[in-house]
Amino acid sequence: MSFWEYANPRRFMAVTDRVVGPSFVLAGVLITTGLIWGFFFTPDDFRQGSTVKIIYLHVPSAMMAINIWIMMLVTSLVWLIRRHHVSALAAKAAAPIGVTMTLIALFTGAVWGQPMWGTYWAWDPRLTSFLILFLFYLGYMALWAAIEDPDTAADLTSILCLVGSVFALLSRYAVNFWNQGLHQGASLSLDKEENISDVFWFPLLACIAGFILLFIALVLLRTRTEIRARRLHAITLRERSA
Amino acid sequence: MPDLGAYAFEVSLAYAGSLLALGIVIWASVARAARVRRTLDEAEKRWSNKNG
Repeated sequence: MSFWEYANPRRFMAVTDRVVGPSFVLAGVLITTGLIWGFFFTPDDFRQGSTVKIIYLHVPSAMMAINIWIMMLVTSLVWLIRRHHVSALAAKAAAPIGVTMTLIALFTGAVWGQPMWGTYWAWDPRLTSFLILFLFYLGYMALWAAIEDPDTAADLTSILCLVGSVFALLSRYAVNFWNQGLHQGASLSLDKEENISDVFWFPLLACIAGFILLFIALVLLRTRTEIRARRLHAITLRERSA
Repeated sequence: MPDLGAYAFEVSLAYAGSLLALGIVIWASVARAARVRRTLDEAEKRWSNKNG
């Protein structure tokens, strides 16, 4: 079976119908486990004190904020190249989840920054590129809402997504490009060096897995809703013209 | 409740704000899904009644 069969809305609806519920349940279990484990059963950090507990929300949300935009980039490219409507609707469906994740990352970062850095905000490369990513999310959603013709909206938002991808990647790698700024290096990386102690790592891993599954559940649910909304729109137009 | 020491306010605020934001996006997604599904079912029923 070809991957492109999922571009058929009927096939997409049939397959995802079985995935959404279990994804929600598993996401709930993992996030609850990770947060309870991290909040109640991990020690304070020797430098950060109890604010280290904010990591269980900040890191997964920041990670998702960037990766959701990358997912939107991929689905936007699929729309631009192959004109599959489901992929354009999946990008549209992902944006409100992405903006929520970006907001959580900015908010928890600011709340953590005040006691640790002595300020809620600094024009640090990573923070600034994250703020611009947040504005791109808002602009992307506003553009979808502003254009009535869905295909034109999908075309223009896809172009916006391509442009915004620069900031999504920049917010991921800004700490490596510039050595200035307050934000520390990545908590998660593929290098062999230990960036985070195991005692914090395992509950963090549960939270990350939970956030990924929550995104999958939400984006599938929202894409299904967009497909139904488009069908509803088509019926309404047919009723008017009949 | 663990002893959060001097940072109890910041940690509690971060958790409350984040969980609220997650709750809102989940609730909004589920509520819209239910509303659109219900409206579509009604429209399809109406359409098939009219057109046999």
